[in-house]
Amino acid sequence: MSFSHDLGLALPELILAGSAMLLLVWGAFAPKAGAPFTAASILALAAAAIAAANGPLGRGFAGGMVADQASAFAKVAIYAASAVCIPLGQRWFERRGVRNFEFPILILLAALGMGMMTSAGDLISLYVGVELQSLALYVLAAMHRDNARASEAGLKYFVLGALSSGLLLYGASLIYGFAGSTLFTDIAGAVHGGADTGVLFGLVFLICGLAFKVSAAPFHMWTPDVYEGAPTPVVAFFAAAPKLAAMVLFARVLTEGFAGAVAQWSQVLVLIALASVVVGAFAGLAQKNLKRLWAYSSIANVGYAILGLAAGGAEGVQAMLVFMVLYMIDVTGFFACLAALSRDGRDMETIEDMAGLFKERPAIALAMTAFSLSALGLPPFSGFWAKFYVFKAALNAGLAIPAVIGLVGSVVAAYYYLRLIKVMWFDPAKGPTDAPPMEARAIALVLALFSFPVVMGALAYLDPLAHAAAAAFGLA
Amino acid sequence: MSGLLSLVTFAPLIGIAAILLLRFAVNPRAAGAEAKANDAARWIALATTLAVFALSVLLVVKFDPNNPGFQFVEDMPWFAGLHYRMGVDGISVLFVPLTAFLMPLCIAASWKTIENRVLEYMIAFLALETLVIGVFCALDLVLFYIFFEFGLVPMFLIIGVWGGKNRVYAAYKFFLYTLLGSVLMLAAILAMIGIAHTSSIPELMTFNFSPALQTWLWLAFFASFAVKMPMWPVHTWLPDAHVEAPTAGSVILAGILLKLGGYGFMRFSLPMFPDASAQFAPLVFALSVIAIVYTSLVAFRQTDIKKLIAYSSVAHMGFVTMGIFSGNAVGEQGAIYQMLSHGVISGALFLCVGVVYDRMHTREIAFYGGLVTRMPWYAAVFMLFTMGNVGLPGTSGFVGEILTMTGTYQASTWTALVAATGVILSAVYALTLYRRVVFGELVNPALAGITDLDWREVAIFAPLVAATLILGVQPNLVFDLTQSSVDHLVAAYNAAIGR
Repeated sequence: MSFSHDLGLALPELILAGSAMLLLVWGAFAPKAGAPFTAASILALAAAAIAAANGPLGRGFAGGMVADQASAFAKVAIYAASAVCIPLGQRWFERRGVRNFEFPILILLAALGMGMMTSAGDLISLYVGVELQSLALYVLAAMHRDNARASEAGLKYFVLGALSSGLLLYGASLIYGFAGSTLFTDIAGAVHGGADTGVLFGLVFLICGLAFKVSAAPFHMWTPDVYEGAPTPVVAFFAAAPKLAAMVLFARVLTEGFAGAVAQWSQVLVLIALASVVVGAFAGLAQKNLKRLWAYSSIANVGYAILGLAAGGAEGVQAMLVFMVLYMIDVTGFFACLAALSRDGRDMETIEDMAGLFKERPAIALAMTAFSLSALGLPPFSGFWAKFYVFKAALNAGLAIPAVIGLVGSVVAAYYYLRLIKVMWFDPAKGPTDAPPMEARAIALVLALFSFPVVMGALAYLDPLAHAAAAAFGLA
Repeated sequence: MSGLLSLVTFAPLIGIAAILLLRFAVNPRAAGAEAKANDAARWIALATTLAVFALSVLLVVKFDPNNPGFQFVEDMPWFAGLHYRMGVDGISVLFVPLTAFLMPLCIAASWKTIENRVLEYMIAFLALETLVIGVFCALDLVLFYIFFEFGLVPMFLIIGVWGGKNRVYAAYKFFLYTLLGSVLMLAAILAMIGIAHTSSIPELMTFNFSPALQTWLWLAFFASFAVKMPMWPVHTWLPDAHVEAPTAGSVILAGILLKLGGYGFMRFSLPMFPDASAQFAPLVFALSVIAIVYTSLVAFRQTDIKKLIAYSSVAHMGFVTMGIFSGNAVGEQGAIYQMLSHGVISGALFLCVGVVYDRMHTREIAFYGGLVTRMPWYAAVFMLFTMGNVGLPGTSGFVGEILTMTGTYQASTWTALVAATGVILSAVYALTLYRRVVFGELVNPALAGITDLDWREVAIFAPLVAATLILGVQPNLVFDLTQSSVDHLVAAYNAAIGR
């Protein structure tokens, strides 16, 4: 394969990397560029998404990079989710007197890393993608420099993230040592008919590292602290897109590299999934801070996504993809609502702060109600369809007991979503809130429409796309 | 006329849209604007629900009673093998007009009592109407589940926003209880789709699930419908929800939402899992009898009028479950009849409580007494519905009880025998309640100025009185419509279990 062919496969990445450099130069010379700067960064993401959706498919860079329907599907979703967060964050930081043009650039770099993760064809590009993404996220978490909590969150994220990268790298080196190659396709040949102990050891480390990145229990400890401390629009960003990227990577490693060892990894995944669902449901009950609450909610939801993956086969992967895309709508929307709300210049972060919000800000309260009901898994909201796919796949794969445990866990979690709705609708108002910034409000309301009713029609499009993406893993 | 079902189901959404437009059209700062908007919302809601009722009557008129299958079927493919599929048969068709009949009465009953957030209140009721009618019309499992489950939200808000003192606790309890039952049903629904490769209810009715699997699926559906019904021992959410809900909320809860459980048993449990239904019938009989006897005794000891009627609902639903699982045509007919009749009578009884509660703001039985001297019309109306609740011949309550007991007698003599004591017990608590509230000396000085029914209340009660009496003397109005579908159901059920 020619080099130009390889470059064609990496066109989305090239667009993002090039635009990030150009924007950096622009920002350095005109730090107060404002709206055109934001627009340019969004355009870069849009161009990358178009390139990903229409670009050539195949393997390049000696197998290190894969461009298939799965990576295209994931990249479009990731770039879209990233683009939404740019205007959300720009305005939020402006209002708090933090004027830094690096925010969109870091988002672009993180999106670049995430795109590489979804296209990784060997352990090296996997690691490079993960690290590129993580480093950008660490900085984003600490972006609100004057805020001690944000700095703490950034540091905590960095230290624990470095630990998980260590696990990941150690697992990768073990796999390389025992399988004799870093290419997933070669590894697949080595573990054909079951993995031996050494490879399995490496695989478990790899799974632990990735579980850390998607914040699945028992590797979830960092999530509530980081979500609580980090700026709200940044949380909106890294609660959504990076999780999808890591889940797609998860799927690729397991189904392309370790398809021969399904029986071995699927039990590990079931265990991680159930632990996440249970921890997310029960620990969330005690939370007062909404960002912490949604951290636990995201732990539980990642558990459902992993359950879909554990179901195996094209149906399971499709379920996981649909789940993650629909979940991204919810979580981004919810944090957009939070970003839109403040009272006397202070962020409204606790459940009590939301008292009587329906009287004060009916539109945002309705949107938050929709996202909560959706996360609860109530039909016909997007979260219900997400769970619908996952549990259907799990039941068809014979995982009846894990599926029932997962469903019962969702009833436990229902209590905290209901409590938020109760506080917003039933309790007396706490006083006026500041006028919400236009961008955050618009994003929240549009995403609420996507959660319901747009999802009812959109599923007819999402379903075949996710099916094609799952088929690209060579399963169907 | 295809599309009629979708029209009936989604027509309330037009009312919601109109109220939302109103919400944005009215300038909230103008003097008296809120009162005007509230009035307009009330009229919009009333007009919408009346129009839906007219459409539902048209549906019944056009319904072909000799066709045992589904009619007015609409079918559009959706995604992943799911369909938007609607249709009614003799079992479901009458629940649509029942819902549409009670809704305008609920709106009228809330005319003066709901003062705050009127727009949202009307929206909640209209949404509830769409969802409940949708449950009865859906012919796709997933569509059914969407309507079934989403109905929790408006009811949660109705109890929680406009309810009494302990409303938050009651709203949570209602929601979480029902949700737990429903997620188990969801697991069963997904498993069924995976095995049968279809989500079409008519196709699933003829699909043979293996007996071992039927047991699990039946139990999962039972978990959901038993809570909804509610059956003893999972009935404890009902008294709380009723006591805290506003009057109209109680009417909908008792009149319609409880029927979803019984409808579910007839639509899913019997035809789809006949072996498991036959196997578990003794369990259902036992729970029904306990519900009839035990909750009747509990009702007798209540000091709160609404709670008493709530417990009596549980007892009456015991007759329904008993009749359904008798597996013969008489029992099924009786169960449908009992559900329709209870929908009218219990709704009316909650409205009767609402009348005195609006005036005195208490539901303590001991507070009242001697109302007949001040409120003769009210006493007459309340008397009629009390008698209907007891099951006096000539009222609709009698037909349902006698048929469910006859049907059960053929299946299990002992069950019918014990259930018959429930008729006596219902007389005990209902007549005691009536005596303590209406008869006797007017002792409490606070009651001296209480006024009789006004015209609005007369207009609310008149259709209910008419329905109770007409159904009481002309039960064939119902049976003619349900006969062929019930025969079909019973024949298929008996063939499947080899009886």
